[in-house]
Formats: sequence, structure tokens, C-alpha cells
Amino acid sequence: MSDASTGGLVLSDIEVAFGGLTALDHVSLSAGPGEVVGVIGPNGAGKTTLFNVICGFVRPDSGTISYAGHAMGRHQPHRLAKLGIARTLQGVGLVPGLSVVENVMLGAQRKVRSDFASALFGLARSSREESALRSQALELLGELGIAEHATKMPTALPYGVQKRVSLARALIAEPTLLLLDEPASGLSADDMAELGQLLRRLRERMGVLLVEHHMDLVMSTCDRIVVLNFGRVIASGVPESVRADPEVTRAYLGEEVRGADEGGTAGA
Amino acid sequence: MRLFWNITLGGVAEGMIFASVALGLVLIFRATNVINFAQGAMAMLTTFIAFSVFGKGVGYWPAFVVALACGLFLGGLVQLVLIRPVQNKPPLNAVIVTFGLLILLEGLAGAVWGNSNRGFPAAFSQSGLVIGHTAIAFSHFDIFIVVAVLVLVVLVAALFRFTTLGLRMRAAAFAPEAARLLGVKVSWLLTLGWSFAAVAGALAGLLVAPTSVFSPTFMDLILVYAFTAAVIGGLDSPVGAVIGGLVTGLALAYVGGYLGGALEPIGALVMLIVVLMIRPEGLFARPTARRV
Repeated sequence: MSDASTGGLVLSDIEVAFGGLTALDHVSLSAGPGEVVGVIGPNGAGKTTLFNVICGFVRPDSGTISYAGHAMGRHQPHRLAKLGIARTLQGVGLVPGLSVVENVMLGAQRKVRSDFASALFGLARSSREESALRSQALELLGELGIAEHATKMPTALPYGVQKRVSLARALIAEPTLLLLDEPASGLSADDMAELGQLLRRLRERMGVLLVEHHMDLVMSTCDRIVVLNFGRVIASGVPESVRADPEVTRAYLGEEVRGADEGGTAGA
Repeated sequence: MRLFWNITLGGVAEGMIFASVALGLVLIFRATNVINFAQGAMAMLTTFIAFSVFGKGVGYWPAFVVALACGLFLGGLVQLVLIRPVQNKPPLNAVIVTFGLLILLEGLAGAVWGNSNRGFPAAFSQSGLVIGHTAIAFSHFDIFIVVAVLVLVVLVAALFRFTTLGLRMRAAAFAPEAARLLGVKVSWLLTLGWSFAAVAGALAGLLVAPTSVFSPTFMDLILVYAFTAAVIGGLDSPVGAVIGGLVTGLALAYVGGYLGGALEPIGALVMLIVVLMIRPEGLFARPTARRV
């Protein structure tokens, strides 16, 4: 089903149960470099659990995960950055006491050299590093069209801007794989179109794994799609074939219509 | 009027000492949400170590450096050995651990160095400066106190504002989970926070010891005043700690100078109660609400 020969992220036979509930049932998938892979599925399908397994928050009961050939079965969340994987969080996860640009700078931990000793005895070097990082962060904010918010506190900004800040924070690490958890939730139609364009541009620089239930964005952006339902992979492949899959239509699209109705009434 | 200025100058020097102890309390509270009741006792221990080193005849400054280095080590050690095991327990556990440490360290110092009152050397002359023909109640040593604490404060501020390490420390304090996800080694930064705090304390110990009786309990009252200063400033604001220190130092100097020195501790308690009644979050606390 999934191509295990890629140098990217490979999950095979992942199983996770919370008490009696099987959240992931022998799930396998892969995301190679230069590839945008979408994971979709109705609410409760196991998308977030899958994401948390990749991030190391949830330990799988069985199955293996590897990235670029390195097994990462018992990895700690902070090891992810070292491997070249950056993620954004559902919700936003910005640090409230730091300005926008500082939040973005924080994403570059993998590249930060100065340690305890140099901070004590070489304030100058640590400070040079800081200003280089700052200008890089400003550049990224410019690329995402939010440079004017650089010195503001994140909590004071609209949700769409906060989401871009957290995206900039993921990108500054120059990851080889970007994990995005519901990047489109809460975005306006315009913002979403821009996000789609951005993701297609990013493909040249890194692999992207997208967990999302916005069908349009996933269909128009992803090279491959994996569909989850009740913790199982019910389909995977290029968007056209997934769209045509009858089981997907039954499990997901039926759900999607109902979901859209609920969204409509909640919004009205 | 001359009395007023003398009291004010004395209050500034005293306030700077409170500021450096309060800064230590704040660094620890920011990092680990713990009030470190042993902050004074840890400073006492490093000062006694400096006292022993000084007794070997190496001179004042090597002893000074040894005390700060011991603070760096002791702070990290305390966090690693005593605080980390209770870090994810209710906050009261850690507070009680620090209280136990206070008793332990004071007992230990009494056993090693004895409980008698001693004198501790000062780096500079402690007799009042003479301006024109008027002697004022402000000595070279008081100038040293002010400068040393200012240097410490500027270094801490520069560390937090202008270095990547400071950025990580702030992130670890504000949102440890988010920081951890980004690859920040949060637990290590918390240890470092304790180390820096203990250095601030060690400096305070060296500055207090020459101006008071020097015994294993010599930092106890200073800790009460510094705690008042930290609460006035808002427990998680380093700037607040410094301003709170100055406010406390001046207020207590006026109370002591005009009403009598015996009233100083009562003055501190009154300030504490007033601040807690009117503005319990302190003057400079971070604006966001703490999640309960």
C-alpha cells in the first residue's frame, strides 16, 4: 500500500488503543521528500492520534515509525526537531509572553549553536546569533505577508495571522518534513487559497504531511491522500482515485455533508 | 534634611540587596513556579564558603568569585536533586522541600562553622564618604553594592532580551509544552534558571555579610524583605523584582530612620499585606491569567 522505499517518514502497522477503544488499527503510511501527503477522515477517525504518534506524544502499542532510515519508536517530542521534522499544532501553540518575531525565532532550535558556556562567557556570540536569527524570522514573516505584526504579542492578533505565525515558526527550522495539523481550520476562503499556494511552493523544499478535514484544500494540494475511518486506512492514492473510491464516499463524504450542515447552523 | 538624604541613600543600598535576592526568587518562580524559601540559606552557604576561602589568605576577590561559582553549582544541584522529583507534584510539595533545605543548610553551616556571630570582610571601605566637609551615610562599599547589583541586573536583562539562550528560557517559562515541541530542552533550562538565581543570591550574601552580623541565620530577615520586594514587583517579573527591591529598601529605611529600627520587620509585613490586598498580582506581573 505505502511505498516503504522512500527516504521520508514511514509508519508501518501502527496500533494504538486507549482502554477498549482502538484508535489506530494497523495503520501504515509514508511521506517522502518533495511530496505533499494528506491524511483525511471524519471526526474521530484517528487523525490526531496518528499525528501524536508521529510526534512522540502517544506511544504506539505496536508497529514501527522511521524517518530517513532512523527508527523513532520511543522518541521524545523534542527529538523531532533534530531529525528535521517541524510541526504546527492544532489550535496554535504560540508562546503568549513572546512577540511574534520571537515566537518565530524559537522555531530554529535545531540551528541554534550557543549553549550554556557560550551564553555565560560569550554573550557577544550568542547575541550575534540572535540578531541573525531575528532577521531570518523577519524575512519569513515578510514571505507570509505578516511582517507588520512582527513586534506584536500573538494573543492580540486575529486567528488567521496567528496561524501564519505558527507556520513561519515551523518553516524557520528549514525542516525536511513539515507536519501540519488542521492548518485550514478557522481560515477564511482567501486565506485558505493562499495556504494552498504556499503548500505547493513548499513541496520544492520539503515533504509535507497534512492532517486536515477541509476536502477542497486536500484535494487541490496533495499528491497522495490517505483516508482514515474508525482508526483504519480505508483508502489511499492520488486524489482522483480517492475521490472515486466508493468506500470513501460512503464513510467520509456522507459525513462531510452532515459536517457542513452543522458548520452552517453553528455559524448562523 | 540631611537625615532624610542619609536615610534615602542607605535605603537605596539596602534596596539593591533586596533586589538581588528578589531577582533570584523571581527567576526561580518564573522557571519552576516555586517560592524558594532556601534562597537566603543557599546564599548563606556560599558566603560561608567564601569566608573559608578568604581565611586561607587568598584575598577578597578570589573568595568572591568562588562564592558566585558555588552559587551556580549549588543552584543547579538543588534543582536537579531536590526540586525535579517534586516538579510535577502539587506546588506545595516543592515549597516544603525548599523549607526543609533552609533548615538543613542552616544546621549544616552551624555544625561546620559554628553559630557564633562573626565579621565578614568588605571589598571597599565602609566609612561614609565625605562631600565637601560633610560626611554622608554612604560608603565606597555602598557604591559597590549598587554597581554590583546593577551589573547583575543588566546581565540578566541582556541574557533574556538579546541571546537565544534567554529566548529559550523565556519560552520555557511561559509555555513549557510548546517550547518542548520546538526542540527546547526545557528541563535543562529550568536547572539553569535555578543556577542563575543562586548566583544572584550568592552575590547578595557577599554584599549583606559585611553590613550585618555574620552567622548561619544572617540571611533570614533579608529573605523576608526580598520576598516582600518580589511580591510588590509581581512574582514573575525581573524588572519588578528590582523596582520592588528599591521600594522595599527605601520604605524600610524611612520606617527604621524615623520610627525606629525595631519596626522594620513590621513595616515589611504591613507592605506585604497592603500589596496583597490592593494588587495581589504585583505591579509588574505578566498580563495573562495563569491557568488553574
